[in-house]
Amino acid sequence: MALAKLEQLSKSVVQGPSLATGAVPTKDWMDTPVIFKEGNFAYPAKKEKVEYLDSQEGLSFPNARIWSPDEDDWKLPEDWQETILKGLKERLDKFRSLKIFMDCCVRCGACADKCHFFLGTGDPKNMPVLRAELLRSVYRNDFTLAGKLFGKMAGGREMTVGVLKEWFMYSYQCTECRRCSVFCPYGIDTAEVTMMIRELLHTVGIGINWILEPASNSNRTGNHMGLQPHTFKDNVDFLAEDVENLTGVKINHSFNRKGAEVLFITPSADVFAEPGLYTAMGYLALFEQIGLDYTWSTYASEGGNFGLFTNNELMKKLNAKMYAEAKRLGVKYIIGGECGHMWRVVHQYMDTMNGPADFLEVPRSPITGTVFDNARSTKMIHISEFTADLIRHGKIKLDPSRNKNVRATYHDSCNPARAMGLLDEPRYILDHVVPEWFEMPENTIREQTFCCGSGTGLNTDEIMELRMRAGLPRANAVKHVIDKHDVNMLSCVCAIDRATLSSLMGYWNPGCDVCGVSELVGNALVMDNEKRAMGYDAEGNESELPDGFRTMV
Amino acid sequence: MKYAFSFLAVLALVLIAWLGSMIPGMQYLFGVAIPYLAILIFLGGFIYRVVQWAKSPVPFSIPTTCGQGKSLDFIKQDKLDCPTKTSEVVARMFLEIFAFRSLFRNTKSELHEGPKITYESSRWLWLAALLFHYSFLVIIIRHMRLFLNPVPQWLHFLDFLDAGAMLQVGAPLLYASDLAILAGVLFLFGRRLVNRNVRYISLANDYFPLFLIFAIASTGILMRYFLRTDIDIVNIKELLVGLVTFHPVINFKIGSIFYIHVFLVSALLIYFPFSKLMHMGGVFMSPTRNMANDSRAKRHINPWNDPSIKPHSYAGYEDEFREFMVDAGIPVEKELPPKKDEE
Repeated sequence: MALAKLEQLSKSVVQGPSLATGAVPTKDWMDTPVIFKEGNFAYPAKKEKVEYLDSQEGLSFPNARIWSPDEDDWKLPEDWQETILKGLKERLDKFRSLKIFMDCCVRCGACADKCHFFLGTGDPKNMPVLRAELLRSVYRNDFTLAGKLFGKMAGGREMTVGVLKEWFMYSYQCTECRRCSVFCPYGIDTAEVTMMIRELLHTVGIGINWILEPASNSNRTGNHMGLQPHTFKDNVDFLAEDVENLTGVKINHSFNRKGAEVLFITPSADVFAEPGLYTAMGYLALFEQIGLDYTWSTYASEGGNFGLFTNNELMKKLNAKMYAEAKRLGVKYIIGGECGHMWRVVHQYMDTMNGPADFLEVPRSPITGTVFDNARSTKMIHISEFTADLIRHGKIKLDPSRNKNVRATYHDSCNPARAMGLLDEPRYILDHVVPEWFEMPENTIREQTFCCGSGTGLNTDEIMELRMRAGLPRANAVKHVIDKHDVNMLSCVCAIDRATLSSLMGYWNPGCDVCGVSELVGNALVMDNEKRAMGYDAEGNESELPDGFRTMV
Repeated sequence: MKYAFSFLAVLALVLIAWLGSMIPGMQYLFGVAIPYLAILIFLGGFIYRVVQWAKSPVPFSIPTTCGQGKSLDFIKQDKLDCPTKTSEVVARMFLEIFAFRSLFRNTKSELHEGPKITYESSRWLWLAALLFHYSFLVIIIRHMRLFLNPVPQWLHFLDFLDAGAMLQVGAPLLYASDLAILAGVLFLFGRRLVNRNVRYISLANDYFPLFLIFAIASTGILMRYFLRTDIDIVNIKELLVGLVTFHPVINFKIGSIFYIHVFLVSALLIYFPFSKLMHMGGVFMSPTRNMANDSRAKRHINPWNDPSIKPHSYAGYEDEFREFMVDAGIPVEKELPPKKDEE
């Protein structure tokens, strides 16, 4: 489906009949079935991808088949309803969060207008409370006394194919960004609810390709792009050459090297596509300059974890590569690149799922001697923590004027902000690498940050309009600083953001680019024995290339 | 429609108690048996629900971080919104439970031409919620004087404060908490009707407790100030003290309004454990709020963690790609088998 023209969508968001614009639906939400049509759903997972995942030890992805959401018959297994209810019961017993969140909501509606999907689509079922009610209504009907006695009167409803379809529609219109959970008086986290719904859907063979294909790639080749070891190496080698071409400094990097001090893992998108490439160049330049004894891995070549978007078993399986590889190579600790959901997994799940990492040491910066006590158990630190510490100790020389063309703002990625508390490290770095940068309005940053609109595996092209709608609150806040401060660069610490915000800016705010914070670090970095490639400035005088790494690709 | 149903349900409860209590001999049912049953169901149900929650483990450390976490020593940690120590978690929970801190953050978003989205702070819900819950609490505590003999001094004092007794003349004194709870309930009900988002999501289960609590407060007020026939505080107290000392007697005729009030309270107690009102217990146990953000410093244990889930092995990976790896100069664990010379 072609993406609506900007003027059209701008009008539609504000004037189109939706709950967000004041048109209250006349029908109760329980009586409003979902309708799938090209453009409002992500394509289902390919049969062979589901089969591959299902064949892997410890995973269950049953009912591989060819099907489409816009057809009436979803080719569900005979006993699908029983499977779902059994799965729900099992999860209620495994997750206290699910039980509490099913029982405690008072429908105060504080979350309603906090969701970027609701603000952009106006669809009532995108209010976090109603998204949760989609599951809660079934829970009430089958698992609570009130529901068993009073049924619909008590807000219960039977599990039907219609309900299942609704679950699919709206659990894939949620990016698990947790913004609603900041405002909920009971901390009800829709991310938990969405995760549970998605897990349940997988038990009957409902999943989308944009998640399951990258997930199977990650399992097999080590990264979601499906880059095989030699290709992964080639890509990084090219980037290293580009860094050398700009700085005149030869980059010494290595792959799968045993005995390195540090294993470095970043989302594979950083070595594959713009503008992530520039961020990866930033890492290469920084590590070269400080002489870090580190290695890349082709086996654990993915920081991101598409398992997080499916079920906890796959999340664990994919994540397990990090420690497995660290152990095999005998490194002391791990540094992780800029990525949002990767850091949710590393910060909140990794140690629990795949620890204890007793074969690693508490991370200690070899340059500053700082011991990262906050990561003393997981033994993995964030590149922003590592870099901020270097800057603090004056161990790297930075020339912000090399970023003089950049008028930056900073986007907090959902997961580092609300599932980690990484807010000020990137800001501290920005303070030292650009001449000036500007904050977006306070209700749109830090713990109240707005999602890019395409997280949790939703950055697929067939739902572009949905993505542009969901990204509107973020884009709108960027526009605010563009108008006010001539901002031209949206910086972030997330690989998915680098991909999705680029599309989002291209649509809503053309002219505003997207970069990783480490790109700005690399550009501002003054390296020993450097011999910068020269060009000409606007006046025709010979000068350093004003766009740094961006000139190179 | 949903509120009409809830309204009718509460009206039915009122009628049952009113008519029922006028049937001779039924006073014991409404004044003794049902209240006992209600308390039993409330306590049993509440404990049952909490135990049910507690039975499910918290497999992962999932606090919602609402501020800067503890990391480098020159980065200032937000101890309240991103706690790492137990004392900080307790502080966060205390403000959550007693000051409804998350609700205090509430904003209202609006879409304007452009498009432009604006956000402004919106604290009416927070204010009404505080008013409602605290006046309810004061009223419950105030009622203790009907169950305790002698009445402790501090209860007299609370009563005195609640009535603003220094400002009022004449009797009976008007309680501030009575007005506050009515105002709170009316606001919460009005908001459910007026706020289109909330109206659309509201269920009968949302209106019912509001009507019920409104009816309880109203019958209490009516009994105290207006429908005084056969309302003798001495008799009522004798019954209520009898209830808590397990020697309940009804020696006097007590007005129907009393039985209606008590019956509605009983209904609330019975309804409580099976409804959303359990948020009172749940708020203490919400994992996104009551956990420390220290999951990289301290390993959180998941009791059902499955050690049999292993990564796709490195050996398997190398077996698949060994040739490419050797060609590309990537170190391998096992060298390629020596090539057989062709010819």
